[in-house]
Amino acid sequence: MGILDRHKVLEKNATLLLVCSLAVVTVGGIVEIAPLFYLENTIEEVEGVRPYSPLELAGRDIYLREGCYVCHSQMIRPMRDEVERYGHYSLAAESMYDHPFQWGSKRTGPDLARVGGRYSDEWHVDHLADPQSVVPESVMPKYAFLLDAVIEPGHIADLMSVNAMVGVPYTEEMIASAEADFTVQVDPFGDSDGLLERYPGAQVRNFDGQPQLTEMDALIAYMQMLGTLVDFSTFTPDASR
Amino acid sequence: MAKQPEKKKDVGTTGHQWDGIEELNNPLPRWWVWIFYATIVWGIWYTIAYPAWPMLQSATSGYLGYSTRAEVAADIAAVEQANAGLMDELAVADLATVPSNTALHSFAVNGGAAIFRANCSQCHGSGAAGGKGYPNLLDDDWLWGGSVEEIAYTVANGIRNEQSPDARWTEMPAFGDILSKEEIGQVVAHVRAISGQDADAALATAGETLFLDNCASCHGDAGEGSRDMGAPRLNDAIWLYGGDEAALTESVTMARFGVMPAWSDEHRSAGGLSAAEVAAVSLYVHQLGGGE
Repeated sequence: MGILDRHKVLEKNATLLLVCSLAVVTVGGIVEIAPLFYLENTIEEVEGVRPYSPLELAGRDIYLREGCYVCHSQMIRPMRDEVERYGHYSLAAESMYDHPFQWGSKRTGPDLARVGGRYSDEWHVDHLADPQSVVPESVMPKYAFLLDAVIEPGHIADLMSVNAMVGVPYTEEMIASAEADFTVQVDPFGDSDGLLERYPGAQVRNFDGQPQLTEMDALIAYMQMLGTLVDFSTFTPDASR
Repeated sequence: MAKQPEKKKDVGTTGHQWDGIEELNNPLPRWWVWIFYATIVWGIWYTIAYPAWPMLQSATSGYLGYSTRAEVAADIAAVEQANAGLMDELAVADLATVPSNTALHSFAVNGGAAIFRANCSQCHGSGAAGGKGYPNLLDDDWLWGGSVEEIAYTVANGIRNEQSPDARWTEMPAFGDILSKEEIGQVVAHVRAISGQDADAALATAGETLFLDNCASCHGDAGEGSRDMGAPRLNDAIWLYGGDEAALTESVTMARFGVMPAWSDEHRSAGGLSAAEVAAVSLYVHQLGGGE
């Protein structure tokens, strides 16, 4: 009977069984996962995608902290109904600088992958402070406290360094000017040339309408840029991706 | 005594034995075995037919050539083609005459209603009745004009946004920097008087000159408003931000800056409305009650 009789050795030796099971699972994992890192048709480079500006990154942190992903996905699936409602389906490259990504699998609220530019800043303030004031049928909780939570840029350079560590191409210059970029993005009268050079397409304005820089500013800055970086009038999807 | 199962034939044992209990070597049920083989065949067929095996450069694309992106493109193209006649007509139609073309108008209004629910209802309300800061679209009080063409222009380019260079744009000054608190109180009293509300007569009279000097250039001498300026009419009972003293004082002191995004796909490449869709939603809004 040869080798088939040898399984007795495995069955009677728990540690060996565990080690060998791990080896089998590892082979499966390598075969399924490793090709994704080199196959041409799983990697699509898209023009326009850039790392988050410091203010947007802080807003993204607030998005994570408040658990927005529990009810909102950020992934428009390639299906006609979703494309008709939300816009062009999401590309993997659009979340390439997300750590972790916010694709989600649960939609109590609508998908937010392309929420940028769909509403005015004032609407976002009204809606976050009291969702039912603008959408009476909404079940979203109120986040009015964001208007009072003044945010300091002290932590932002560290946050960017951590992102750089996991692969986001933040340069030394970006990290060095993090605090200045953070505050200038809410100041329409400030000198935002450097910010716009480092983060093309960043939107500069006083997002929450208040003189102080609050978490509301950061969160709205993040939401207003979601899904707006890629110019789809010049983008041709490759069907094999 | 419990009946012992009868042994149909001698199937032998697997040789495993524990505490005197032996494991019989019964064959697996036939149906189970065949389904098991069938899943293996299915699995092999599936990896040939659909994208599956990772090669050096790319994964196999599969015999059937299936692609999610191609499928969604085909789905969208099929619907576009089914509607092509009407949509093409709508995209180039003279909007003012569409309401008299029953077939086209009914197509546009029904399609426009769906577009409105997906894109406009979040601000203007699912019934288009608006709310504080977001205009009611059911009445005949229009800030920028209520003909189909004017509504379509507003939908396509929006108001006071950074997306469209052709957005409708005017800016009310914050009179908190220009007038004293006392003067603002007088202007507010005058606005309340011309809109038929209770107001201190002395204050209102004092506010009239201030109104003519500071407000009338946009809102009109009698507060009748101006569509060229997007300046709301003030001598009626319809208010965008409220007509009580507190709301009016806030409007005059801080000014208002209502923003509407641009919806044309020229300004929103990832999810804007085509010319035909802008026309459809404008025709829908136009027939809600207030269209001119």
